Amino acid sequence: MSRIELTLNGKAISADVEDRTLLVNFLRDAQQLTGTHVGCDTTQCGACTVLVDGRALKSCTLLAVQVSGSKVTTIEGMANGEALHPVQQAFSECHGLQCGYCTPGMVMAVTDLLRRNPEPSDEQILHGLEGNICRCTGYINIVKSVKRASELMAGR
Amino acid sequence: MYEFEYVRPKSVAEAAGFLAANADARLMSGGMTLLPTMKQRLAQASHLVHVGPLGELKSIVREGDVLVVGSASTHDQVQESEVVRAAIPALAKLARGIGDPQVRYMGTIGGSIANNDPAADYPAGILGLGATVVTHLRQVAADDYFQGLFTTALAEGEIVTAVRFPVPRRAGYVKFAHPATGYAMSGVFVADSGAGVRVAVTGAGNGVFRWSEAEAALAKSMSAKALDGLPLDPAHFSQDIHATREYRAQLCRVMAARAVNELLG
Repeated sequence: MSRIELTLNGKAISADVEDRTLLVNFLRDAQQLTGTHVGCDTTQCGACTVLVDGRALKSCTLLAVQVSGSKVTTIEGMANGEALHPVQQAFSECHGLQCGYCTPGMVMAVTDLLRRNPEPSDEQILHGLEGNICRCTGYINIVKSVKRASELMAGR
Repeated sequence: MYEFEYVRPKSVAEAAGFLAANADARLMSGGMTLLPTMKQRLAQASHLVHVGPLGELKSIVREGDVLVVGSASTHDQVQESEVVRAAIPALAKLARGIGDPQVRYMGTIGGSIANNDPAADYPAGILGLGATVVTHLRQVAADDYFQGLFTTALAEGEIVTAVRFPVPRRAGYVKFAHPATGYAMSGVFVADSGAGVRVAVTGAGNGVFRWSEAEAALAKSMSAKALDGLPLDPAHFSQDIHATREYRAQLCRVMAARAVNELLG
């Protein structure tokens, strides 16, 4: 067992975890933050993507002990009360989801993508979302959502 | 995963000492291959010794005609590095094509070459550039380092600390990525150092290899046309549900021609 301390969705927490505990299991089982999904469980689909110190990482392939000392943000930490985060707002406006299973991971990945590149081209969006798989939308509306989020964040 | 103890050493020396004292301990750099393998219970360790965060393994510097990349440099750091982009743009491009953004934040060059997956990208860059693998004990030339399927010159407990790349005059890398996994089904790195040409192929067989006939032909004439009709030993190629031996060999020819065109700019 190890003691970990981190900032989770803005709140300082500490917990004892088994060293082999994956971050996604810590979030879902110990913290009851079930918005972060397990899709493939093999580092491919991206449904488990969360932000660790601002960087999008796949929480199914990260140990909880590895994020001790970090700031972790999950989908539950994105909205400000009733006000959706611009990326969430854009996915809603552009119908960037159907079943919604991949969406929490998409939102986190897009948030990091726009942090690094506030006005990405279609090609840059597709390359930037290679780590997130959606089986419903065909990605067309997801690309639209990213462009809309870029506008919203620029205040347009 | 089976149980293990997580260990965060403060230095390479401490990590080496720990590995020497614990026969079943495993080194972890980015964990992008090791953790999935352990999740499937295909691998087991008494301890995971995590060297990925060590600052001493993360520097990327140019020393004259040599680019030195610390072993815990992530693919993202290599792709973004101005030093790498200026010295060997083809290497930055190679790093940009590995996995996906989330994986590139964690996966490292040292982890990749310690694992030596036959479809990994870095082995092609390292063999193609004639780089030297530096460990905490010695230096190993790329030609001696890669020894086939998941096999390297590394001894038990030996830690890769850096890779030293001679800066070429020009280079190119192009792969045909498997559409689902992104792994190379054939990836070819071509480097022209002035003194000679090296051509390294990954993803096609049991491990990275040099295509000597292409090296000789390109040394005479650096053009995609020079590759036409060159012999390519089918023994190098593997066959599976994704591609026949012949298809992989054909992909290799096409990727080599594209890499030459990229090199020519």
